[in-house]
This record gives sequence, structure tokens and C-alpha cells, in this order.
Amino acid sequence: MTSLELSNVRKSYGQTAVLDGVSLNMEPKEFVAFLGPSGSGKSTLLRIIAGLETLDEGEVRLEGRRIDTLPPGERGVAMVFQHYALYPHMSVRENMSFGLRNAGMPRDEIEARVVQAAGVLEIEPHLDKKPGQLSGGQRQRVAIGRAIVKQPRLFLLDEPLSNLDAALRMRTRVELAQLRRRADAAFIIVTHDQAEAMTLADRIVVMNDRRIQQIGAPMEVYSRPANVFVARFVGSPAMTLLPATLVPGGDAFARIRLGDGSEVDTRVPRDGLPADGPLQLGLRPESVRVAADGTAQAEVELVERLGERTLVYGRLADGAAITAEDEGNSRIRLGDKVGLRIDGTAAHIFGPDGAGHHAAAG
Amino acid sequence: MNRTTRRYEGFLFVGPFLFLYAFLLIYPLILGIGISFHRADPFGGRLWVGLDNYARLLADPIFWQAVVNTFKLTLMIVPPLTILALALALALNRATRSAAIFRGIFFSSSVLSVTIVTLIWRFILTPDAGLIAKILHAMGRDPIPFLSDPHLTIPALAIATIWWCLGLPMMLVLAGLQQIPPDVYEAAALDGAGRWTTLWRITLPSIRRTLILVVMMQTAAQLQIFGQAQLLTAGGPSGASRPIVLLIYEIAFGRWELGYGAAAAELLFMLVLAVTLVQYWAVTRREAEA
Ligand SMILES: Nc1ncnc2c1ncn2[C@@H]1O[C@H](COP(=O)(O)OP(=O)(O)OP(=O)(O)O)[C@@H](O)[C@H]1O
Ligand SMILES: [Mg+2]
Repeated sequence: MTSLELSNVRKSYGQTAVLDGVSLNMEPKEFVAFLGPSGSGKSTLLRIIAGLETLDEGEVRLEGRRIDTLPPGERGVAMVFQHYALYPHMSVRENMSFGLRNAGMPRDEIEARVVQAAGVLEIEPHLDKKPGQLSGGQRQRVAIGRAIVKQPRLFLLDEPLSNLDAALRMRTRVELAQLRRRADAAFIIVTHDQAEAMTLADRIVVMNDRRIQQIGAPMEVYSRPANVFVARFVGSPAMTLLPATLVPGGDAFARIRLGDGSEVDTRVPRDGLPADGPLQLGLRPESVRVAADGTAQAEVELVERLGERTLVYGRLADGAAITAEDEGNSRIRLGDKVGLRIDGTAAHIFGPDGAGHHAAAG
Repeated sequence: MNRTTRRYEGFLFVGPFLFLYAFLLIYPLILGIGISFHRADPFGGRLWVGLDNYARLLADPIFWQAVVNTFKLTLMIVPPLTILALALALALNRATRSAAIFRGIFFSSSVLSVTIVTLIWRFILTPDAGLIAKILHAMGRDPIPFLSDPHLTIPALAIATIWWCLGLPMMLVLAGLQQIPPDVYEAAALDGAGRWTTLWRITLPSIRRTLILVVMMQTAAQLQIFGQAQLLTAGGPSGASRPIVLLIYEIAFGRWELGYGAAAAELLFMLVLAVTLVQYWAVTRREAEA
């Protein structure tokens, strides 16, 4: 049994295509995050699932039932809006019971569900207030409560935390994690925030340029990015990408020559790599260490001291930008020439088409 | 700067407005009250008669007829006007080109002067050559005497007035509708609210204040209905469609009994004030309950 199934969803506004051939299968109770830059169609996809937007082609199924032809209220989904979208003239209690009343549920059951959800979200004291009398965080809870009482099969959350301050965001994040453990439902969260996606989600759907770029567990997306876009988008600071060529020769693993002439031994099998064409070597900052005996030389352009470690942004001899890591107490200053030791075991290679090739698993 | 100058500084800013307000509104109002205690003519003749004018008015069946006519007109105009304005605004609250054109058309009647409005409606309603009469004639029926049958003059006036006054309330309601954030409607759709539930539970409560404003403004305006009545029916037949302001006009500028007319005007003023206060009280009381 699958939860949500998207098959070949296509959507355009007039001439502009927004989504093109988007497919996704969710496990029951799975928590999926849509991650992507602004304008990549995350909200549009969410709204198509909710029924607030029509699709041009494709199908949406929830637990085997086709829902893209149903009105929003009959799809078994509940949505938490970015700006809460509470009914301003209704009390919190009425806000939360509105959907259940429309469904014709008996009053005492509505009341029981509302009180229970309010208890969990600690908004009982506010049940008779209007949304205008609540703080942003409290409103957010009401919006979540309004979704919970419906006991939907799928929760849709469009950037639910983006309007909260840092402390409240952390707390709500924890609460969302608890909610997903209790609720017998699947979750989709739309977010800009990688940390949010990484900590909450079972799988991340990275979107860009009308398509899903990669679907994978958070660590998989981080350590085995499917292509250059995912590699650059996921992880902070972004992965360094250096123009590179394959050194011909014997070994099973690829040996790479960088623009400045230095060479790196990777753990990427030579087999799968494209025969010719320019390559790019992908390096996370943690695989590039500042060391006096390093194989590559760089001139430092920016030093970012984070306390427990120091990030060093520099340029190699051929002008390629590279990000390296150093100790927290690093003495490096702007303009210094430093040696870099590149650890090829965690390096990634990207072919001319942008596809990623990674060290053999295990 | 000392306290006193600072205190008077504020008056400098509101001064011009206060002056005009006092000169053009408060002063004539008080002057009117003064005149209403006199038997007065336009040539300066003044004779103090105390409350005599008021006593005469309250005993005058013509005055009471005008009061009843005015209330009938107001009741026949305000509710349909509000509902029509709401219905039109709901229908035209969309971003299409045709909706924009229709908004313009429905608003256009409000920019016409009352004289033109009356001409148009006379052209439609007159029994001898009016549009309706012609249509009825083509169907082989007798014309309907809208402007001379005492049972039909008030409805005819009401219809012409509604047609004339529709634009502004419609625009006000449209503005109110556009204040409702679209995601509230989306939340309602996800809450399984149908069209009627959405209208009753989301849309109407959201524009409640606008609707109240429209009703209060229109009530106060229609209690003072004048031009249409004078031009379309001249208050006739035999006063059957004469509203209070027309009566005041006839008394003051037809019979030149300024004192008597001023007293009628003061009574109308108190009537409008009372109706408005009652409406306000009803609204705020319900708000406190909610
Ligand atoms: N109603 C609309 N009409 C025309 N274009 C639209 C409409 N809604 C969205 N778009 C376009 O579709 C694209 C995707 O928008 P969408 O809101 O899904 O992006 P997003 O990934 O949610 O971005 P963000 O992170 O900024 O919320 C954008 O290029 C946007 O301009
Ligand atoms: Mg969005």
C-alpha cells in the first residue's frame, strides 16, 4: 500500500511550464520534504495535491484512490498555510471545528476532537479568542490544530515555520516531529530550509527547473547528489566544483587532474564515468583541509570563523574557487597562500551532462 | 515652548476645517432651530411663537402622510438596494475584462444627475408613450399608470432610486470583498465548505462592517429623498408620494412659511438621528455579544 502517488504531473500557466513530468511515490506515514529554490514549483505541486490548483496532465492518488478529480474537501488531505489563513471572524474553537461541521459530524465528537487537539497544542486557554488576539506562534498552532482535528490521511504544510522567530521555529519543528509520530498519516512539508528538511523528513524531494532533481533520504541527498544542481543546493557552504580531467591509467578508481595540475585519487569507479568530455570534481569543505604539506596551493579570499572550525574560501592557481576547512583557532588571514590537502575518498565526479558519480557505497 | 502655546498649536491644523464646519453646518443648524420657533417670512418678518410650529406639525395629517411616505420609500429602497449591490458585487468580483466592463456600466448610473435620472425613468414609465407602455401595447395590454396611481407611485420612485443609487454601494461591497485574503477561501475549500456555506460563514461575516456602513448611509440618505419625487411625481397624486423633504420645500419655498418649514426640517433631523442611533445601537450590541 502506498500513500501518495504522483504520476507524470504536468502544469503550466499559459506559456510558462511550472511542473513537467513529476512523479513520486510515498510510503504510508512517510514524511517528505519538498526542497528547492524560490519559484521551483513546490507550492504549485502542493496545491495540486490539495486540489487548489488543477493539473494539466497526470494523476494524483492517495491510498489507491484517485483524488485529482475530487474537490479539495473530499480528498482526505489537510493543509497548513504559510500565512495561517485562519477565519478572522471565528473563534479558535470555530476555526478548528468548521471543517468537521461541514462534514456533518456530531457536535459532541467535534468538541471532543477540538479539545483533544487544543490540549496537545497547548492552546486550550485561547479556544474562545479570535485569531486577531493571538500571537504568530499561537496562530500557527491553531492552523496546525485545524488540520489535526480532521484526521487527514495526508498533511500538507507550506513553509509552516517561515513566519516564526528562530526559537519558536525550533520548538515547532520538534512539535511537528512529535505530531508525525502520533498521527496515522503521511506528511509533505514545503521548505526553503535545508536544516528543516534534513531533520524532519524521511525523504527529501529536491526540485528545480520544473522537475524533481532527486528523491532520497537526507544523507543520501547530501552524500550522493544526483547532479550538479543538488550538489550545489544541498549543504552549506555549498560544495566546491572544480573543472577536472580524467587521468588515463590502470586503477579501478578514477584519478583526476585539476586545472592547476595537481592530481587527486578518488574512490569513484572508473567504469561508470563518461569516456570523454569535461568533468567536474565535487568536494565538500570537510574533504579539503588546510595543511602546510598540501598538494594544491590556494590564495585566501575570505575567512569565516565559526568557532569550532574555520571556513577558508580561496582560489587555486588556475583561478578556480575552492572552500576548505581549518581548525577553529586557525591563524589564516586574507591574502595568505596556503597548502590544501584534498581527501579524494569522499570526492564526487560530475559528468558533462551534470550527472553525479560517487564513491562505491560501503 | 510653553504648554499653552503647544495646546493651541493643534487648533491651527484643524482650524480651517473647524471654521468651515461651524460656519456651514453648525451655524445654519442653530439658525434653523431659532427660525423654527418663529413665524417667519423671507423678508425678515419674525414673530416668536414658541413651540407652536411643532404642535401644528404634529397635528398636521399632511406631515404624517409625508412621514409615512418617507418610511415606505426608505424601506422599499434600502433592503433591495443592499441585496442588489451585494449580489452584483459578488458576481463582478473577478479579474476578467467583462467583469470590469460591467462594473463600469453599473456604476455609471451614479454619476448622472437626478434630473437626467428622472428623465430616463419618465421615458420608461409614462403611461402615454413610455417604454413599458409601448411594450404592453405591443402585447395588446393597457398601459400601467405608474406615475399617477397612488399605489404605484412609491414603488416607481423606489425603483428609479435603486437604479440611480446602486453604483456606490456596489463599489463599497466590492472593495470589502477584495479585502478578504484568497487563502481564507482556499482553507474553506479544504474544510469542505460548499458555495452557500462559504457565502454565509466566510464572505458575509468578512464584509459585515461594509454592509452595515452601506445600510446606515443609505438609510440616512433615503430618509432625505427629494429630487426624484419632485421631478417624477411632484409628490402626487394628492401627496401620495410626497416625502418629508419635498413637504419642507413646499412649505418653505412654496408657501414661504419659513418657520413652519424649519420646524419640519428639525423634526426630520431628529428622525434621521434617531434612526441612525438605533441602527448603531443594534449593531454594537450584537458586536459585544459576538
Ligand atoms: N497563478 C499563477 N500564474 C502564473 N504563474 C504562476 C502562478 N502561480 C505560480 N506561478 C509561477 O509558477 C512558478 C512556481 O511557483 P511556486 O509558487 O510553486 O514556487 P515555489 O517553489 O513555491 O516558490 P517559493 O519558494 O518562492 O514559495 C513560479 O515561477 C511562479 O511565477
Ligand atoms: Mg511557495
